[in-house]
Amino acid sequence: MPTNGYDDRKNRSNLGSHLKQETSVVGRPLMKVDAMSKVTGQAIYADDIHLPRMAYARLLPSTQPHARIVRVETSKAEALPGVLAVITGRDLPIKYGILPVSQDETALAVDKVRFVGEPVAAVAAVDEETAERALELIEVEYDPLKPIMSIEEALEDTEVRIQEYGHGGNIHKMVSLQFGDVEAGFAEADYVREDLFFYQGNNHLAMEEHSAVAHYSPDGKLTLWSATQTPHYVHRALAKVLELPPSRIRVIACHPGGGFGGKSDPFHHEICAAKLAMLTGRPVKITLTREEVFYAHRGRHPVLMWVKTGVKKTGEITAMHFRSMLDGGAYGSYGVATTYYTGALQTVTYKIPRYKFEGLRVFTNKPPCGPKRGHGTPQPRFALEVHLDKICEEMGWDPAEWRQQQACEPFSLTANHLRITTIGLKECIEKVVAASGFREKFRKLPYGRGVGLACSAYLSGANLPIYWNDMPHSGAMVKVDRGGGVTVYCGSTDIGQGSNSVLAYVVAEVLGVRPQDVAVVTADTDLTPVDLGSYSSRVTVMTGNAAIEAAQNVRELLFQAAADELGTTSDQLDAAGGRIFRRDDPGVGLPFAKVAQLAEARFGTLAAVGSFTPPKTPGRYKGAGVGPSPSYSYTACVVEVDVDPETGWVRVPTVWIAHDIGRALNPILVEGQAEGSVYMGLGEALMEEQVFRRNLHKIPSMLDYKSPTFLETPDIETILVETNDPHGPFGAKEAGQGPLLPVPPALCNAIYDAVGVRIDELPVTPDKILKALERKAKGQDPRVGPTRMPHVEWVEPIYVEPPDLRHDPSLMPATKPT
Amino acid sequence: MKQLVALRVNGELHEVYVPVHKTLLEVLREDLGLTGTKHGCELGECGTCTVLVDGEPILSCLTLPVEVQGRDIITVEGLATQGVPHPLQVAFAELNAAQCGYCTPGMLMSAKALLDRNPDPAPDEVREALAGNLCRCTGYVKIVDAVRLAARRQQGDLGAVVEEIERALNEGVVREPGS
Amino acid sequence: MLRLPPFEYYAAQTVEEAVTALRDYGPEAMVVAGGTDLFPKMKRRQMEPKLLVGLRGIRDLYGIRPVESGSYRLGPMATLTQVSLHPELRAAYPGLTYAAGVVSSPQLRNAGTIGGNLCVDTRCTYYDQTYHWRKAINFCMKKDGEICWVAPGSPRCWAVSSSDTAPVFVALGARVRLVGPKGERVIPVGDLYGRDGIRFLAGKRPDEIITDILLPPPDGWESVYVKLRRRGSFDFPILGVAVALRRHEDGTVTEARIVLGAVESYPLEVPEAAATLVGNRLEPDVIEATAKACFKSRPAPWTTPT
Ligand SMILES: Cc1cc2nc3c(=O)[nH]c(=O)nc-3n(C[C@H](O)[C@H](O)[C@H](O)COP(=O)(O)OP(=O)(O)OC[C@H]3O[C@@H](n4cnc5c(N)ncnc54)[C@H](O)[C@@H]3O)c2cc1C
Ligand code: FES
Ligand code: FES
Repeated sequence: MPTNGYDDRKNRSNLGSHLKQETSVVGRPLMKVDAMSKVTGQAIYADDIHLPRMAYARLLPSTQPHARIVRVETSKAEALPGVLAVITGRDLPIKYGILPVSQDETALAVDKVRFVGEPVAAVAAVDEETAERALELIEVEYDPLKPIMSIEEALEDTEVRIQEYGHGGNIHKMVSLQFGDVEAGFAEADYVREDLFFYQGNNHLAMEEHSAVAHYSPDGKLTLWSATQTPHYVHRALAKVLELPPSRIRVIACHPGGGFGGKSDPFHHEICAAKLAMLTGRPVKITLTREEVFYAHRGRHPVLMWVKTGVKKTGEITAMHFRSMLDGGAYGSYGVATTYYTGALQTVTYKIPRYKFEGLRVFTNKPPCGPKRGHGTPQPRFALEVHLDKICEEMGWDPAEWRQQQACEPFSLTANHLRITTIGLKECIEKVVAASGFREKFRKLPYGRGVGLACSAYLSGANLPIYWNDMPHSGAMVKVDRGGGVTVYCGSTDIGQGSNSVLAYVVAEVLGVRPQDVAVVTADTDLTPVDLGSYSSRVTVMTGNAAIEAAQNVRELLFQAAADELGTTSDQLDAAGGRIFRRDDPGVGLPFAKVAQLAEARFGTLAAVGSFTPPKTPGRYKGAGVGPSPSYSYTACVVEVDVDPETGWVRVPTVWIAHDIGRALNPILVEGQAEGSVYMGLGEALMEEQVFRRNLHKIPSMLDYKSPTFLETPDIETILVETNDPHGPFGAKEAGQGPLLPVPPALCNAIYDAVGVRIDELPVTPDKILKALERKAKGQDPRVGPTRMPHVEWVEPIYVEPPDLRHDPSLMPATKPT
Repeated sequence: MKQLVALRVNGELHEVYVPVHKTLLEVLREDLGLTGTKHGCELGECGTCTVLVDGEPILSCLTLPVEVQGRDIITVEGLATQGVPHPLQVAFAELNAAQCGYCTPGMLMSAKALLDRNPDPAPDEVREALAGNLCRCTGYVKIVDAVRLAARRQQGDLGAVVEEIERALNEGVVREPGS
Repeated sequence: MLRLPPFEYYAAQTVEEAVTALRDYGPEAMVVAGGTDLFPKMKRRQMEPKLLVGLRGIRDLYGIRPVESGSYRLGPMATLTQVSLHPELRAAYPGLTYAAGVVSSPQLRNAGTIGGNLCVDTRCTYYDQTYHWRKAINFCMKKDGEICWVAPGSPRCWAVSSSDTAPVFVALGARVRLVGPKGERVIPVGDLYGRDGIRFLAGKRPDEIITDILLPPPDGWESVYVKLRRRGSFDFPILGVAVALRRHEDGTVTEARIVLGAVESYPLEVPEAAATLVGNRLEPDVIEATAKACFKSRPAPWTTPT
C-alpha cells in the first residue's frame, strides 16, 4: 500500500447533507482528470486553434487617454494587399457590458476614446504581419479632452465627464447602507479608532494572453472559441451586439491559460473576431499581445479606504463605519458589484453589531477595472485586518485570541443580514498559530524579523446571478452509456482550478464508478447546460450540487432496474466499486454496466439532469444582493518576514495558511488553490501594481510589471480545516479566492512586528519602509499611507435594522438522510 | 526573405520554407503544428516558450530557426519516449503542478535540463534552475515537489507508468513523506 | 503575438565575411549574437535593421582560454552561462562570473553572449516600449522623437547602461579587440561607451565587431559585483556595483576601482569613491564611507523617471 499521506484520513461527512456517509472518491488526493493532457502539450488553448483559411486580426489602440474621435480613415489600410476587412466603431455600435446596469462598452470606440490602448479599429488580413502593417495605415484624428487619472481628479472635475451616466460627474456608483445606530455604538465604545488605507490596482497577469477564434458558416451559424471563464455571458453579449439569435451562436471556452477573473467579461477581441469572420467568410483569430492584456485589464480596483471601529474594554466591537473609493477606469465592467463587495464581507468574520458602509466608484481614463481573485474584498480585508491589529496593539490584546473570541457564530446572521452557516475560523486560527509558532514569535523575534496574523472570509458563489432571472445558476446532465461509461455535461469552465475533475468526482461518487470512467464535457454552449461561469468561487458548490442531483436522478433509474433483478427495492441499494448491490447484503449485486443495460432496456436512453439554484437571500434591502452566498469559507494566515532596515527590503521565508474548506473534495486541488492564492496575495502586497504615468500605463510588460518568480515565493504550509457545510456538495466550500485575502494584511502586520512601522498602502515597496523608518527615527508617526479621504457628499444611507447576531438553530437545515 | 530551413524537432527532420524573421516559436506552432509550446510575452520575459536546443533550455520566442538548423530541438511533445510519459510529466500531473497548465510545457523543459545535469536537485537548486519560468497559478510549491518526485523516480516501462497514472486518477497520488 | 519585422539574414562564417557584409550594407545592417537584446527591441520596433549578420557560425569568436602570463581571452560568442560556470574564470575573476550568472534568466543566459552583453542597448522606461505605446507619447529622442522624457529640457538622452558585466570588465581593466573594414584595434572596455544614451557605443564604429575580450592577469586583483534588482530573476539591474581591488598582506587596500552600472548611459567609474578605500582595511565604516561617496557621485537625473 503506497503511503499517500492520506490513508489515515476518514472519508466521513458528519453532517451528511448528501448521500453516503462513507465516500470512496471524495476526499482523496487524485490526479486531475485532465492533468495528463496538460503535461503532454495536448490540451488545446484558444491560440492553439488553426483552422483552414484562417485569417488573423489585430486591433488599433487609441493613442489618446481621452478624446473625441473626429475621423477614422481606413481606405489606405483596406487597399493594402492581403487585408480582408477593416472595421471601426460604426460597424459595431451596440453597447454591451457584463452587468445590465452598465451597458457602456462598444467593441470598438465609437465617438470617444477613454484610455490609451482602447481599440479603435480592427483589421483582418491573411496573416498577422499584414494586419499589423495595415494598422499603421489607419489614420485617426482626435480632438483631445482632459484626461482624468485619479480618484481625486475624478471627484474634483465634474465638468469633464468620461461617461454620460452614473451618479453624476465622474462618479459611476455611490452606495450607502446603514445597519443599526452606529453613532450610538461609537458612543458606547471604550476605544474608537480611525484609519486610512490604500490598495493599489493590479493585473491578473494570467500567463496566457487572451485569444479568440471565430468561425461563421454560410448557414448563418457562428462559433467562437475563446479563452474565457464565462462562455455563457460571452454568448449573450455576442447575440446582443451582432444581432444574431442565440440559437445560432456557439461559444466554446477553451482551457484558459489562467483566468483569476481577467477573462470573465465579454471582450472587444471576441466580438471583433466574430464580426470579422462574418464579414470575410473566413475563420478569424485575434490573440492579444501582453500589452493589450494590460489594456483589456479588468484587474483589481485601486481603493482608498477609511475605517472607524469602536470596541469595549472587554473586546466586543460596538460599531464599524467603512468608506471606500474605487478607481474604476473608463468603463463599468463588474464595478457596481465590486463597489458593494468592498463593503459586504467585513461583517462575516467577527461580530459587528452595527455597521455602516459608504462606497463609491469613479470613472478615470484608464483601462477598466473589474474582478480579480477576491473581487473587491482583498482591499477592505487588508484595511480591516491591519486596523484591527492596531486596535489589538492599542488595547494590549493578543491578536489571535481576540480574533477567536470575536469570531462570528455558526448558523447566525450578520448585521447586514448575511447568513453564516458553518464557520471554521476559530479552528483555522488555532491551527495556524500552532503551526507557525506565532505565540513564541510574536513581539519576541529580534529586530528586523517578525510575524503577522490576519483572517478573512469569502463567498462560495454569489447567491444572485449577474443578470436578473429566476433560472438555476448551474445545470448538469449525466448520461450513462450501455458500456458502463458515464458522461457529465456542464457549462462550467475549468480554468485550472480543477472544476472538470470535481464534476467527475461527484458523479463517480454518486454512481459508484471510478473517476476515470467519467467523461467530462464542459464549457460549450451548444452541448452543455448553462453554468454562469468560473467566477465568485461558485463552481465547485454550484456545479457540484447540480451534478450530484443529475447523477442521483440517473442513479434512481439504475437502482429501479437493478432492484427487480436483486429482489429488493431501490432504496435498499447502494453503488460503489463499479457495482450496484444490496446494502444489507453487499455480496448480492450487479456490475454497473449490466445495470446500465437493464435500465436502458426498461427506460430508454439513460440520462438525467440536475440544477442548482442558491438559497434565497434573507436581506430585503436594495443592495442586499451582493454578499449572500450558500456558505462562507474562512482563512487564517501567518506571514513571517525578514526586513532589512537599511534597505527596506522585505523577504518572506514562510507563510502558514489554514483554510476552512468545508470539505476537501480533493485535498491536493485545495492546497493548490491555497498556495496559488498566497503567492498572488504576496505579489500584490510586495510588488504588483498597475500604474500610470503621463496618462499611459507605465509598465505594460511582464518584465516591468513585477510578479514573483520561484525565488521570491516563500515556503507555504497549508492546513485544511473541514466543517462539512450543509449547503456544499459533500460539505465543500470554496478555495479559489479566500486564501488570498489575509495575506497582504498579515504581511503588513508582520512588518510592524519586525521593525515597528505601519505601511498602510500596498504594495509595500522598500522605499515606503525606508520612509516610515525615517519618520520613526525622527519621532514622527511611523507610518506611510494615505493621509486624507477626498470630501464627498454621501447620499443618505438606506437604513436597515440589524438582526440578532447569536447562533440561531433555525438556520440549520434539517439533516437529510442518505 | 523566405528560406528553406531544416529543423530536427523531437528527433524528426522537418524542412520548412519560411520567412527568416519568423521565430522558432512561430514555426513550431504555426508551421509544424506543435502547439504544445506556449507563449506569454514573446519578449523573453516569461519563459513560457522554453524549448531545449541540444539539451539546453532557451526561449523559442527569441530564436531564429536558421540559427538552430542541425541542432537537436525538443519540445513538450517530444518529452515522452515511445509513448511513455517522462517521469516529470507524470509527477507534474500527479502533484497538481499544472493548474491551468499554460506554463507547464516551458517548466517541463527547464526541469528536464536540470534533471539531465543534476539527477537529485535540492529544492533551492530547482528554484534557481526554474527561475526563468513564471507561473501564476501554483505558487510554485507543487512544481518544486514534482521535480523532486520525478528525480526520485526512474523512467518506467509503459505498463508501469499507465498503472501509476490509473492509480493516481482513481485512488490517490503518492506523496512521499517530506515532500 | 508580437513578431519580428522582416529582415534579411546573412550567416557569416568568418570575421572578415561579417565585417565585409556590415561595410557593404551600411548602417541598416547589424550583427546579431544571441539575439536576446536585439530581438525584443526589434519586436518593439526600437530597432529595424534590414540585414542581420549572424555571428553564430564564426568559430573564432567562441571559447574561453588562458593566454600569455595568466591573462584570459573570452570569445564574444561565449554564452553568459559558459562564462558564469567556467571554473578557472570563477577562481580568477569572481566578480565577472558572478555578474554573468545574474543576468536575466537561465534561458537567456544560455543564448545571450558575453559580447552581446557589452553592447546591450541602453534602457529607459519611455523607450523600452512597443511602437504603439511610444507613439502615444509622441516618441522620444532615442527613437523617432525629439524629447527626452526623463529630463524634458535635456539636450541628451538619459537611457542607462544596463549591462551587468560591463562594469566588472571596466573595473578589471579589460580590453576588447575590434575588427572592422579598416583593420583591427584594441581598446579598453570603458572606451567603448559614449556619454549619451543614444551614442552609447560611440567608441565602436557600427561596422566593427568585437572579436576578443581580453582580461588582464588577476595579479592579486580581487573582484566582486553586487546587483540590485526587484526579483532574483529576469530583472535588469536597478543598480550594479563592481569593485576590483588589491590588498596588502595586512588587509589594507592598495589599489581600487569602483564602477557603477545602471546609473548613467555608460558604466560609471567613481574614482573618488575608490580612493576612500585605498589605505584602509575593508571595515564596515570604511565601506559605509565608500558607499556614501558612490551615492554622491551619481549624475543629475539619476532617479528613475516618475
Ligand atoms: C527579459 C530580459 C532580461 C534581461 N536582463 C538582463 C540583465 O539583467 N542584465 C543584462 O546585462 N542584460 C539583460 N538582458 C539583455 C541581454 O539578454 C543580455 O545583455 C545578453 O548578454 C545580450 O547578448 P546577446 O548575445 O543576446 O546580444 P544580441 O541581442 O545578439 O546583441 C546585442 C547588441 O550587441 C551587438 N553585438 C553582439 N555581439 C557583438 C559583437 N561580437 N560585436 C559587436 N557587436 C555585437 C548587437 O549588434 C546588438 O546591438 C535581458 C534581456 C531580456 C530579454
Ligand atoms: S513567450 Fe515569454 S519568454 Fe518567450
Ligand atoms: S499552471 Fe497556470 S501558469 Fe502555471
